[in-house]
Amino acid sequence: MRDIVRGQRIFSVQQLLDIYGNGLGCEVCKPALSYMMDVVWCGDHDEDRSARYINDRVHANIQKDGTFSVVPRMRGGVTSAKELRRIADVAEKYNVPMVKVTGSQRIDLLGVKKADLPKMWADLGMSSGQAYTKGVRMVKTCVGTDFCRFGVQDSTKAGIELERRLEHLFTPAKVKMGAVGCPRNCAEATVKDIGIVGQEGRWQVVVGGAAGKKVRKADLLITVESTEEALQAATLFFQYYRENANFLERTYDFIERVGISKVRRETVYAPLATQQGLRERLRKSKRIARDAWLEGDEPRHPTQFVQIEPLEKVYQ
Amino acid sequence: MSETNSVTKKWVRLTSISNIPLREGRVVQIAGRDIAIFNLGNRFLALENKCPHRGGPLADGIVSGGNVVCPLHAWKIDLATGEAVNRTDNPPCAKTFPARLENGVVSIEIAIADSNEAQISTNCIVSTSPGPYLNGNASSEV
Repeated sequence: MRDIVRGQRIFSVQQLLDIYGNGLGCEVCKPALSYMMDVVWCGDHDEDRSARYINDRVHANIQKDGTFSVVPRMRGGVTSAKELRRIADVAEKYNVPMVKVTGSQRIDLLGVKKADLPKMWADLGMSSGQAYTKGVRMVKTCVGTDFCRFGVQDSTKAGIELERRLEHLFTPAKVKMGAVGCPRNCAEATVKDIGIVGQEGRWQVVVGGAAGKKVRKADLLITVESTEEALQAATLFFQYYRENANFLERTYDFIERVGISKVRRETVYAPLATQQGLRERLRKSKRIARDAWLEGDEPRHPTQFVQIEPLEKVYQ
Repeated sequence: MSETNSVTKKWVRLTSISNIPLREGRVVQIAGRDIAIFNLGNRFLALENKCPHRGGPLADGIVSGGNVVCPLHAWKIDLATGEAVNRTDNPPCAKTFPARLENGVVSIEIAIADSNEAQISTNCIVSTSPGPYLNGNASSEV
């Protein structure tokens, strides 16, 4: 399918459905094809919003009562007094019914009306935390070497940098990451999709961990000496997963299906050209990726967020 | 909702079709009710923006042929009849409304009761008892 899309230069889900499908598609295939378009064309495709989940149409997570949640990006879980004050002001201004600290070291504003989303994003002045999508969720970090008595690697800085390099990208299923400054594992990097674990003079890069419906200890991808090498290994695996996993397949299922030795062979121990290919495609995707919340100012469609007023009123 | 003897049907102009993107739904509130209007390219369909399962906003669902899939728990609702097509337990329907297009404007037909309360007609056979989950405590199924 990917070869067809690439070879025949098909750029949208609808185009693919018209040529090779029944022209309609369904709720299962459309989001999957939408992701495939994104990965084949490194984001340079014609995105059909109607083929995406509501979360990806309005960049917020739908809740059981039809309201949405807003999670701004707070890289590495690090914030400031000024930022917290702004979040508090926004929560009050829009009467946010619940403000919750998440498991990913973020702040969740729950119970928001769709029409308020763009105004809240503007007032927050922060970028999307992508807490609603199959994409880069977060890098959870511990306090690293700046304050911790035990930290042997600057996991806070490394985690923030990892988040910067990958944020705003889409993935087959959500990707949660962690960076810890010592093997005590305070930010739980060994049960994340991608983790970097600081040790004396080196980093372990681990992949395929989970602590959700399934609990799985991550497998070791590689041990390296420098932080930059650790970030490179992590991003290499990240792109490999983007290109090879099935839609909705989390890293822990992907690793078990493919096997960690094959993953190692085709990423960190792959020939240089293969590695360069992965890096180049990641770079291209990253160049095109943008903060989804910028759509608050430039909506994709005039009624994307607004409540439509009827042309005629019915008086009761 | 009590039926009265003098119910008049009325076509009400809701919105320009340009406000509803292709293969998506949008909500217009009328007579205190949220109406979801869907643009299927060759036709526009209207139904109450309320999934018969747990009241999910159908306008936010993914259009799948002539159906919409509720964004909360994936009930698949036939946009023309309001029936839940992927359920076998004979669940209640979503309320649907006759819709038409005139000079680029979508209208729906609603019934206005000759009482203080505006009534909205439905062409779907709706069970009068609430669905099994409507008043229950929702578990956290995702």
